[in-house]
Amino acid sequence: MNTTLCNAVGTALVAIGLAASGAASAQAQSKLSGNAIRIGVLTDLSGLYSDISGQGSVAAAQMAVDDFIAANKPGYKIDVIAADHQNKPDVGSGKAREWYDTQGVDLIVDVVNSGVGLAAAKVAGEKKKLMINTGAGSTRITNEDCNPYSIHWAYDTYALAAVAGRAIVQGGGKSWYFLTADYAFGQSLEQDTTGIIKTNGGTVLGSVRHPLNASDFSSFLLQAQASKAQVIGLANAGGDTINSIKAANEFGLTKSQSLAGLLVFISDVHSLGLNVAQGMQLTDGWYWDLNEDTRKFGRRYFEKMKKMPGMVQAGTYSATLAYLNAVKAAGSDEADAVTAAMRKTRYNDFYLRNGHLRDDNRMVHDMYLMQVKKPAESKYPWDYYHVKATVPGDEAFQPMAASRCPMVKKT
Amino acid sequence: MEIFGIPLQAMLGQLLLGLVNGSFYAMLSLGLAVIFGLLNIINFSHGAMYMMGAYLAWMMMEYLGLGYWWSLAAAPIVVGAFGVLIERVLIRHVYKLDHLYGLLLTFGLALVIEGVYRDCFGVSGQPYGVPEALRGATNLGFMILPNYRAWVVVASLLVCFLTWFVIERTRIGSYLRAGTENPRLMQAFGVNVPRMVMLTYGFGVALAAMAGVLAAPIIQVSPLMGSNVIIVVFAVVVIGGMGSILGSILTGLALGLIEGLTRVFYPEASATVVFVIMALVLLLRPAGLFGRES
Amino acid sequence: MASTGNRPARDFGLGLLALAVFGAIAPWIGLYPVFVMKALCFAMFACAFNLLLGFTGLLSFGHAAFFAAAGYAAGYALKVWGWSTLAGLGFAVVCAGMLGLVVGALAIRRQGIYFAMVTLALAQMVFFVFLQSRFTGGEDGLQGIPRGDLLGLIDLSNDLNLYFVILGVFLATLAGCYRIVHSPYGQVLKAIRENEPRALSLGYRVDRYKLLAFVLSATLCGVAGACEAIVFQLASLTNVEFVISGDVLLMTLVGGVGTLLGPVVGSFVLVAMESYLAQFGSWVTIIQGSIFLICVMAFRAGIVGEVIKFLQRRDDRSKARMAEGALPSST
Repeated sequence: MNTTLCNAVGTALVAIGLAASGAASAQAQSKLSGNAIRIGVLTDLSGLYSDISGQGSVAAAQMAVDDFIAANKPGYKIDVIAADHQNKPDVGSGKAREWYDTQGVDLIVDVVNSGVGLAAAKVAGEKKKLMINTGAGSTRITNEDCNPYSIHWAYDTYALAAVAGRAIVQGGGKSWYFLTADYAFGQSLEQDTTGIIKTNGGTVLGSVRHPLNASDFSSFLLQAQASKAQVIGLANAGGDTINSIKAANEFGLTKSQSLAGLLVFISDVHSLGLNVAQGMQLTDGWYWDLNEDTRKFGRRYFEKMKKMPGMVQAGTYSATLAYLNAVKAAGSDEADAVTAAMRKTRYNDFYLRNGHLRDDNRMVHDMYLMQVKKPAESKYPWDYYHVKATVPGDEAFQPMAASRCPMVKKT
Repeated sequence: MEIFGIPLQAMLGQLLLGLVNGSFYAMLSLGLAVIFGLLNIINFSHGAMYMMGAYLAWMMMEYLGLGYWWSLAAAPIVVGAFGVLIERVLIRHVYKLDHLYGLLLTFGLALVIEGVYRDCFGVSGQPYGVPEALRGATNLGFMILPNYRAWVVVASLLVCFLTWFVIERTRIGSYLRAGTENPRLMQAFGVNVPRMVMLTYGFGVALAAMAGVLAAPIIQVSPLMGSNVIIVVFAVVVIGGMGSILGSILTGLALGLIEGLTRVFYPEASATVVFVIMALVLLLRPAGLFGRES
Repeated sequence: MASTGNRPARDFGLGLLALAVFGAIAPWIGLYPVFVMKALCFAMFACAFNLLLGFTGLLSFGHAAFFAAAGYAAGYALKVWGWSTLAGLGFAVVCAGMLGLVVGALAIRRQGIYFAMVTLALAQMVFFVFLQSRFTGGEDGLQGIPRGDLLGLIDLSNDLNLYFVILGVFLATLAGCYRIVHSPYGQVLKAIRENEPRALSLGYRVDRYKLLAFVLSATLCGVAGACEAIVFQLASLTNVEFVISGDVLLMTLVGGVGTLLGPVVGSFVLVAMESYLAQFGSWVTIIQGSIFLICVMAFRAGIVGEVIKFLQRRDDRSKARMAEGALPSST
């Protein structure tokens, strides 16, 4: 009786084993798991960052997929799925885990909000599947928390500090006070900007932390006002930046002190209006009105979304397309092979100028110092920026020598 | 001039802003206290009603082009009517049950209302402009105060005073208070107690809606604005003494000021100080600062 | 008489067995193990909460604090101190229990809604501590908690291995709850729930019983919270928020307050709703709210409670029929 049971169990186990190895060999032949590529856009679809990424990012990823299919006619299926992470690290990392485990997702893009981005990158590292972050800013993604499967694409807080931050200090704004969103992004931005201010001979008088998605900035701004600093650095983003700039105008702060939006997107300028935003200096990784290629993309996107894309949405397009091309070049969707193919590529397209993927998984490319136009200077809709300077990637991004990423071998 | 190393200017500024917040707490907790006093219901959906008031103002502006003053009059009436309906259909059935069920019922109601608004408008805030007449700011010497915020303090103090006056000093108010003490006796005297209860609920949530309209130009109009404030307002009512009208008004204002002071010395704790006070009050004087021991 | 006396034990045993069998086959019938683990963690949480609400009659609005505290404690012990998974779990449970002792000692001095408010206030203070402390990672949460292994034998980074460990912990917790409820101590708790002054006048030191119930409940919450943090490798502020205290109340209510299996059913229903209705976004909130309304208006006994009522009625009827058919000599 017992022996037959054992035999039955044994046979079953062998059968399962054979089936599993059969499946594995089938995978090895086609090189693509499931003969399909699935791209997940994990983003803020409803909250304070939905204007800077959100549905626009989903549309951009779809555009990249459509363009790749039109150009290459691949023999496999490619599709895009999206989810709202609600700006909560637990929701975002849970979604990433579920996508990699059960939905056959090969690549996750966007992941705006550094807290969520860092948590989801941990899952990517553990599952050995790729994630390209085009939305979040914290330099921790390629430093303390780096891993081989998480790539940082559009911008980071170091670049924000090194481009606009440096320009403001050199322009005479020597004493600073920070209004900081109290999570990974705000903290990184404050820290990186402080470093740049100090090396350029400025001082930091202090900072006040506000919760993500704060509803009323008045009391924080009063504290900033009491500091008597020349420059109030806004180490926040999206809806928080818009609301703090509005409140600063309401309480008359702008009469005696100047505001430095350290991360301002074109959608923010659009909702603030040029009257309020004029003259502000900011860092951008991409602008739709740089040249013919960028305008072409901008107009196509505008057709779909009735808004011009910002650096996150265009970055999602760029990253998705770069990924698909790398899959094609590697002949596999296995993450290590794809990353290796990306590292070999030198990028020069409508988005990335002089771009290359460094060993710490930082995509290094040229950044721009912008100044918001006066209302009179704006000739057509979404004509918002003067390009003041183009900063080469190696100057804009943190040098490898200063990297805190354990993957990078110090020589 | 400095106090404990803090410039007087900064302190006065924060206190004034605290007073503005306190005005909202006072109006919201007043409605909650009125409802608790007569219905014995802990109205968890109060925050949702406040949010509805703000959204009505926004929608009237967006879809009908009707400005602030229209909303200030209309939103409380609409939300009040909605409240009357809710009382008739749902809340009426749980009076006889444990407190807990009223709380759970209104909690569920708050979830439904919030969910509907989230589905329609998303969670990101909608901006609502300050009305023409109240734009601009006044330089008080120690700070520049936007005129609108000054108006909020005046308006809410006025509403609170009127409510207190009606309840404590008029005949209608005496019916109400008597209904709280002994509804059966009032019924015997020929007062239609169920109708009074229904209208009281409507009035309580109308106050919340009015606070919502007042708040719309200051904070972003968002479906979450109610749940962000409701717990604090609960705490205010508990500290003031459940059901105490004067207690809720004074506690609301005082709490705003205390939060303002906390912002000067330990800004991070400003959202928590109310719970510290609540815990202390409950442990030392369980009926609340203005409540009667039963 | 003897057979009816064993009836609850037998029913519970069958229920536990059914859960164990279902749990064992769940991963092979297409259920995503991580999802089932989440539901199991919340089921333990709801059972712990129900121990207080259903069997002692105390409504706490602050149970999120214990759930989250255990998550942070386990995460910190595993990630920073490099403790083994079991040691981390134990540490977390002790932490939750200690926190429960402090909160409980203060809260049991008040009754009814005031009790609930004290727990709420204290839980909000715990929230503040977790938000401000650097060790919790603030808004970002405590990320990258290693799952470790079980006694150096079983690698828990494998979802299935971890799944069976969590299933075991869950069954043990449920059995523990049964043991507590059906002990003489549990009977005293029920007496307190039904009529506190009478229990007091019978000479029971009501406060001590209540405090012990509170601490036990917090401790079991700790088991749930620590498991959740280990499963998701993340301890975040979301778990300290008031919403979680509301969720666990809803789970208990839906399943059936004061029944042993009710909270389990309730948490599975709600976690499934959250996962599978996620694409409908805010509709999850609307449906949750509606369930609250329906439960309060119509089904105050909850799913399991209504089933028990139905079975009892049927039982009573069949007994009555048997009594009619039987000879009068039986009386």
